[in-house]
Amino acid sequence: MNNSIHSINASSTTDITCRGLTWFELLTKQLDKHSTQVPSVQVADGELAGRACRFIAVVPDLNNHFPRAKNGEVGLLEGIALAREVQAVIKADEQQSDKRALILVVDVPSQAYGRREETLGIHQALAAAVSAYANARQSGHPVIALLVGKAMSGAYLAHGYQANRIIALSDEGVMVHAMGKAAAARVTQRTEAELDQLAKEIPPMAYDLKSYASLGLIDNLLSVESACHPTENDKQLVEQALTASLLDIQPNDIGIARRLNGENREASRHVRDLLKAQWSGD
Amino acid sequence: MSNSPVVKDNSFVEQSARQRIKRLLDKDTMRELISPFERVTSPWLAKQGIVSQFDDGVVIARGKIDGEETVVAAIEGSFQGGSLGEVSGAKIAGALELAVEENAKGNPMSAVLILETGGVRLQEANLGLAAIAEIQSAIISLRKYRPVIALVTGPVGCFGGMSISAALCSYIIMTREGRLGLNGPLVIEQEAGIVEYNASDRPFIWSLIGGKQRFESGLVDSYINDSQKSVREAVVDHLNRGVPSVHRTEKYCDLLEAFLHLDTQDQITPENAQQLLMEGGGHE
Amino acid sequence: METLHFQRRAQENHVQPTLVGCVGSGDLEVMIEPSDSEFSDIYIQTSTAGSEVRWQQIIDQITPVIPLPAMRMDIHDFAATPGVIRLRIEQALEQATSVGGDKHE
Repeated sequence: MNNSIHSINASSTTDITCRGLTWFELLTKQLDKHSTQVPSVQVADGELAGRACRFIAVVPDLNNHFPRAKNGEVGLLEGIALAREVQAVIKADEQQSDKRALILVVDVPSQAYGRREETLGIHQALAAAVSAYANARQSGHPVIALLVGKAMSGAYLAHGYQANRIIALSDEGVMVHAMGKAAAARVTQRTEAELDQLAKEIPPMAYDLKSYASLGLIDNLLSVESACHPTENDKQLVEQALTASLLDIQPNDIGIARRLNGENREASRHVRDLLKAQWSGD
Repeated sequence: MSNSPVVKDNSFVEQSARQRIKRLLDKDTMRELISPFERVTSPWLAKQGIVSQFDDGVVIARGKIDGEETVVAAIEGSFQGGSLGEVSGAKIAGALELAVEENAKGNPMSAVLILETGGVRLQEANLGLAAIAEIQSAIISLRKYRPVIALVTGPVGCFGGMSISAALCSYIIMTREGRLGLNGPLVIEQEAGIVEYNASDRPFIWSLIGGKQRFESGLVDSYINDSQKSVREAVVDHLNRGVPSVHRTEKYCDLLEAFLHLDTQDQITPENAQQLLMEGGGHE
Repeated sequence: METLHFQRRAQENHVQPTLVGCVGSGDLEVMIEPSDSEFSDIYIQTSTAGSEVRWQQIIDQITPVIPLPAMRMDIHDFAATPGVIRLRIEQALEQATSVGGDKHE
């Protein structure tokens, strides 16, 4: 992979957009790659702990037909391609009781920003992917997201956030957020230093994984030797974690309510309790 | 501006979130859940010294539309740009989750989402994003039973993660004032440059993502006037249509080949987009 | 953000819970709830710093015109002008003391 590709988020100095491909290739080395019509969406089929799995990643493609989606962004083509690859699995396994698992390698710097994208309805393309992943989960496919790099905003909604389980590498370059720091500073009329200061008291605003984990949105945080250049040990650790999650997901475990247990999600629980108490009106 | 003391009587756009629900539901059937008098405000805005609102910018109510049990969620676009934080997001997600349970028990219940939103509230960033993922999961569960209808009437429009939520709904209804797009115009201009996207050129923006264009491109189901009567009629009409045989999220996937053949050297015009979206999937 | 509290002796008794307005730019929300005390308690959250004197003036202008009932009034202000503030407070008081009116907008 070309090391000169830089993430579009200028606030990060590390080159991390290749992580998705690195991890995808590492985990699927022995497996059948399955070419899609969209080179930025990589798919491989295989097994993990005896369970049939489909691995899916969105990766950079410098020759992307849509110029504003070259760096691993989730754009029009990616949204639809993800949806189709997942729909195909749902359809193929319709009659099976043992549904294939979906393993999502997540390193998505953002959704694609552009005139063509908006005009053609990129929101609808991302919705196609969201819909496919949620349908897969709700129809009994174990869906596991493995965060190896950025998991940003709309891109993460489309590729990762509908998973039953979320596993993340404990590494600086792994980040979940609604907006890159530079853009967030502009929009909220603060400096990046002020944002960092605020993040110490406001965990949902923080860019570090530990704060994010306190929201209950990560099931397993893995300490690897190198997130960029994974070692054999790292590979084993990740495979063990994926296997453990697969075994943990029971056939009726098709919702995402477990995310509400996080330490810093008290209000999310409180609101649901109130709604439930008032729902019937008696 | 919505909720101003003087409003046009019959306008829907100019009404506050709470009034919109009241006008939409059958007379005297509205019952608000977590009313503002319960003071369930954002725990995170207060910590940042930002003035809160008693309903955190989202109104949830149960009631009937044309006699049918419905839960309605309305976002107040005037408060923090209609952005979703932990509380406001949980109100929508939680209400939809309960509507799913209701249907699972055999009691039909539809949902209407009145969307005026820029998406995630950046002061509560990751909890807003998480709530949107939960809202999306609930919409996908609920739309299998009964229609989930998105209303995008403006003035704010519907952007960010919530534009994806709208796209997941069974039906989308828009007015001319409404806009529907993933990225806010200003964000695109900043990320991609003014040549790509001139956020201050209002006719340009509306020509790409306004209600009329979205309807003529087949990305929404209904294009209506700004009146309470037409909003209600359109909602009733779509509730009566029931669950669509194929959801838009699936139909849209037929466009892949057309997108792969699109000339991406030149910029796209609104007319090209309409033609491609209406004919590209082979679904005339 | 600044938080302020004003207390005035109440002149009148009956109020119903009322909410008007919205915390939008240049606007405010005003909530009124009944109170058992003999006072009108007014709690204000405002985005405008150093505005205590201005709020006091607004309240002093209103009290001779509209007798304040026994109530708790909460104001969430997002940089509204004094004119808009007066309008909203008067609107809220009118609704809170009118019989059978809309409970809240």
